[in-house]
Amino acid sequence: MNTPILSAQGIRKSYGRGSARFDALRGVSLDVNAGESIAIVGKSGSGKSTLMHLLALLDIPDGGRISVNGTDATKLSVKQVNQLRNEDFGFVFQQFFLTPNASVLDNVVLPLEIAGVSSKERKARGMAVLKQLELDDKAKNKAINLSGGQKQRVVIARALVNNPRVIFADEPTGNLDTATGSLVEDILFSLNKEQGITLVIVTHDVELAARCDRQIYIRDGLEEGIDTTAGAAA
Amino acid sequence: MKFLDVIRTAVHNSFRSKMRTALTVVAIFIGAFTLTITTAIGTGISSYIDNQLASVGSADVISIGKATEGDSTVDDGPARYDPDKATAASGFPGGATPPGLPVGALSDDDIASIRGTDGILDANPVVMVAPSYIEFDGNGKYELTVNPSAAVTKADLAAGSQLGGLDDTNELLLPASYLENLGFTNAESAEGRTVTIGSSTYQGEMKEVTATVVGIQNESLFGSGVGLGQQLTDALVDVQNTGKPRGAPVGYFAAVAHIGSDATQPEIDAIKADLEDQGFVGRTVADQIGTIQTVVNGIVGVLNAFAVIALIAAGFGIVNTLLMSVQERTREIGLMKAMGMSGGKIYALFSTEAVFIGFLGSAMGALVAIGVGSAISNVLSETLLSDLQGLDVLKFAPASVAGIVLVVMLIAFLAGTLPARRASKQNPIDALRYE
Repeated sequence: MNTPILSAQGIRKSYGRGSARFDALRGVSLDVNAGESIAIVGKSGSGKSTLMHLLALLDIPDGGRISVNGTDATKLSVKQVNQLRNEDFGFVFQQFFLTPNASVLDNVVLPLEIAGVSSKERKARGMAVLKQLELDDKAKNKAINLSGGQKQRVVIARALVNNPRVIFADEPTGNLDTATGSLVEDILFSLNKEQGITLVIVTHDVELAARCDRQIYIRDGLEEGIDTTAGAAA
Repeated sequence: MKFLDVIRTAVHNSFRSKMRTALTVVAIFIGAFTLTITTAIGTGISSYIDNQLASVGSADVISIGKATEGDSTVDDGPARYDPDKATAASGFPGGATPPGLPVGALSDDDIASIRGTDGILDANPVVMVAPSYIEFDGNGKYELTVNPSAAVTKADLAAGSQLGGLDDTNELLLPASYLENLGFTNAESAEGRTVTIGSSTYQGEMKEVTATVVGIQNESLFGSGVGLGQQLTDALVDVQNTGKPRGAPVGYFAAVAHIGSDATQPEIDAIKADLEDQGFVGRTVADQIGTIQTVVNGIVGVLNAFAVIALIAAGFGIVNTLLMSVQERTREIGLMKAMGMSGGKIYALFSTEAVFIGFLGSAMGALVAIGVGSAISNVLSETLLSDLQGLDVLKFAPASVAGIVLVVMLIAFLAGTLPARRASKQNPIDALRYE
């Protein structure tokens, strides 16, 4: 079997100290293979978002090991981590995180701007990805003037613009009505099927999770089904 | 992120909350405006004094007076009575001691010993003449003020030539402000004309002396009053001394000595030290003007200090503005970091924004200061200060204006470091969770 694109081995993460200490993850192991779609499912506070942040190298685990393409993440320099997140990862968040008064195009090309791509190429690539998501006619609009579904498509366009290998999506349909939500889901899964982009989706929506190749259920900082006794004890 | 993109984004960000940026810019504007104006006043006055110094020219002239000892009567009580000094002091030609000068008259012996000092080429006593009136062509008699230093300085001429050009002539330099009253239409028409000067004798009898106008001088700090040539001065002294009792003591409040025009500063210092040993005080023209410049520089320095205080206050405005901006853009910063933007670039982004706000305020402040200042300067030089020809109260030197803009940008950068540091240290996760 190939080396998994992302691998987590017994990772632990806690917040706070003393009596206020909260163990978000208490030893979770997970392999994400290139090209698959995986759902991290759990209730609010289960630690699923923390797991995604750790996999995306946005945070450092207190214990355990995270590898990217077989390389230990702790061995990567800050610059390499930044570059990895910039070039290989795309992010889709529930709250969109768009700059309200900037144009749609400017929002979409932000990762390219950070990468230092020239203004001309940024525009060409930004327009291409907007066209792919049927938003090219909105390129000059301000992000604030879009509907929720349009905003989430802009966010996906922004995640796609760097041709990433992995897209991390945190509750991608959480803020959308059912019809728009399923449209956004269709876009994400077609990217997975047609372009082979690995999907890591964090959700509490069981229907969305069911569309993924594989589901990981997180409960109280542990993967359900592996150590149910710990979950029951908590 | 490329450097140009950082600048572009920072500029763009600074216009996002226009009101806040505008208020900060106004604060910087006030500081930069004040600093530009005060610096311009300093430059204007200094350059005027420099010009005057150049017109005074003669670096080879040293004026010498009697050193006064024990002049601090507060501590030591009055000095012991010295009959020679006192009799000499009462004998100024033309009257008593000029007010404000230290009482210490030079006798003929003193003049001789000054002449004998190493490095002094010649020395002449300064004599006070007090002519009563000046008249041209029967147009009426007018009072006149004599410029005591005219013989040893170079006048700033509107027409004609300097004193000392003609032998056997009673030469006279007329200030431009005298022309109209005396009945001349302009400076050129006065040149070469003969005027009459009236002076009273020792016994109060009025006598007239004729003199030729050789030049007309602009009004200036060091050249107000009528300039008299040596020969005319001698003629007027003769008139004043007519009927004076023989044997009356003669004293002079000062002497003017010439030194080699190529004398270096150490040589001049040596001559001054030598004079001091003999009980005299020598002051060159540069010494006298240096005093004025020190005062002007002191005043301008105080004004500048106020402007800098205003700028420091404005700097805190920048800190405040950017801290609010960092707070507001927490999620955006987190997103950019999540997308692989380095902390250094985030820092650069906010620092650039601070520097840009500083640039905006200072450039506007400097430009408006130049506009307003030039207008005021023009109005002043035509009205209030029209007597001081050649004085631009405000003078804007490109280098100092550029310097002010750069200093303000530096202050802005320093003010921006705290918020920029805070932004660059933000953890992307905390920033993204922030609601």
